[in-house]
Amino acid sequence: MGQTVFEPWNDPEAKPLIQFKGVTKRFGDFTAIDNLTFDIYEREFFALLGPSGCGKTTMMRMLAGFEKPTEGKILLGGQDIAPIPPNKRAVNMMFQSYALFPHLSVWDNIAFGLRRDRMSKDAIAARVEEMLKLTRLTQFARRKPHQISGGQRQRVALARSLAKAPKLLLLDEPMGALDAKLRTATQFELMDIQEKTGTTFVIVTHDQEEAMTVASRVAVMDNGRIIQADTPARIYESPNSVYVADFIGEVTIISGTARRSGAGYEIAYAEGVPPLHAESETHFDTGEPCHLALRPEKVAISAEKPSERRNTVKGRIIDIAYLGNLSTYHVEIEGGRMVKAQTANTRRLSRRDFTWEDTVWLSWSDTAAVMLKD
Amino acid sequence: MRRLTWFNATSLSLGFAFLYLPMLILIVYSFNESKLVTVWAGFSTKWYGTLIQNQAFLDAALVTLKVAVASSTIATVLGTMAALVLVRVGRFPGRTLFSGMIYAPLVMPEVITGLSLLLLFIGIGLDRGILTIILAHTTFSMAFVAVVVSSRLVTFDRSLEEAALDLGCSAFDAFRLVTLPIIAPAVISGWLLAFTLSLDDLVIASFTAGPSATTLPIKIWSSIRLGVSPEINALSTIMIGIVAAGVITASLITKRASLRQQADERAAAQQR
Repeated sequence: MGQTVFEPWNDPEAKPLIQFKGVTKRFGDFTAIDNLTFDIYEREFFALLGPSGCGKTTMMRMLAGFEKPTEGKILLGGQDIAPIPPNKRAVNMMFQSYALFPHLSVWDNIAFGLRRDRMSKDAIAARVEEMLKLTRLTQFARRKPHQISGGQRQRVALARSLAKAPKLLLLDEPMGALDAKLRTATQFELMDIQEKTGTTFVIVTHDQEEAMTVASRVAVMDNGRIIQADTPARIYESPNSVYVADFIGEVTIISGTARRSGAGYEIAYAEGVPPLHAESETHFDTGEPCHLALRPEKVAISAEKPSERRNTVKGRIIDIAYLGNLSTYHVEIEGGRMVKAQTANTRRLSRRDFTWEDTVWLSWSDTAAVMLKD
Repeated sequence: MRRLTWFNATSLSLGFAFLYLPMLILIVYSFNESKLVTVWAGFSTKWYGTLIQNQAFLDAALVTLKVAVASSTIATVLGTMAALVLVRVGRFPGRTLFSGMIYAPLVMPEVITGLSLLLLFIGIGLDRGILTIILAHTTFSMAFVAVVVSSRLVTFDRSLEEAALDLGCSAFDAFRLVTLPIIAPAVISGWLLAFTLSLDDLVIASFTAGPSATTLPIKIWSSIRLGVSPEINALSTIMIGIVAAGVITASLITKRASLRQQADERAAAQQR
């Protein structure tokens, strides 16, 4: 089986569906989007992730046509979309509030966009039925939006925005109003529908777990810039900056200075303690300040000093966060810094190995931590 | 539920008496047999009978109705448009001035409004009659419509309109198919408000009415000056009846709709 991996962003031949070319958007003095250049490919599930006010919603609204870039161009299939009004774009949007028309039934909500295209009655009916089936809403077709539950409303919104078979579907915090359980189920449903329809999805979210779950690529944004756009795994394991490392998941950042040593680097981070060891693909000059980003699950915790690893530090347990499946230990290492270590609770009835105020050893491999520039 | 205390009961009945005692007296005396308004001489409906044969009153009632329907309809269109601009079009030069001027007729003394309209109509040589009353009533009641509709628009979820645009509507279609049906209750109550304002307006109408057209309030006012007649009482009772029926029906409809919606939402939340 020659199954090819879906990675159009690594293929120089692939033609992007959407291209941002030096796009800047200002509202008065405030710069919402700052000189943005990047591509989104066909059939991608692309997530825009960032704190509120980072510009992710503005980007989406520019794609939908509700905002115009102040500078630069946005191309959709090679065509500049700035002069095209929202009602003429092959782009549909699912709103955060769902924006279902309260005076229309579920059926009429889904048919709304199709009717604007002057399709024949039969074609509209067939398409609406197809959408109802896809989103498992057939039995609610005659209900009004206020007569169905939150999860069903969310699916109506999705069906309505997919009905016109857009080239690009924009989803603005689509799971924002759902409770945690329903959200997880809906995420998988969404991925399933995206795969079935082959539509390009761009999702805006502030929930990193959601972005990591659904997306083929995640763009982490801050202050109107994309800091890193990459696959969820690379965003997590190879962040390109302290901001990204800190924004996604839990992390301990240890700052120090780098010094070349053998194949890797030694990082001096405190007076009177041996340096840490790490490997890095990016080059650091001797004496250059650097930050080590260390994920808690890559840090082992033990009572005796482990001999097989070079990165070992002694510390004292300050806090224990028991999460059920995991336990996170907050350990104060020599020099006063806090390091997080995580262990999986694989056995149900085991005595806890460590408790508060215990002296423990933390250790990790040379490749566990990521070296980041200032 | 808190019990109705002695103090509360008293203040409630005093309040209601203050509001409704005059009307009650009017209604009771409209069924008075005697021609003298202040002397009770037994129950009779004869004044209602003579009222129907009074052509002058019937003409005035017809004029009033025409004026009220026409002016409240025009005022609703203009007032809704003004409200849309006020709420929707963010900041534009002179916005504060514009919104201030929209609301000014609410606090302007009616005498001033009436006088200035009279001067305008004389100035442009418009003969006073039904048309001038309609124009005058439109002028002051559109401000009320604008207030009612804009208070609804403030809470209107803008993304509904954006969704309509996104699904292929032109701006006008989005308004016609989405915004208007949703704000319809506010537009209708704006219309009703304008209608009742026009129905009972005396001051502005007396400035702008001409010999060819007299409204009911003017007619009542002028016949009162010749002495109160039980006929007027009967007429007023009918008007109270019409207004009360309208208000009660409207509130019942709204109440039922909101109860129904609440029940639906509860059911929807449970069956997930």
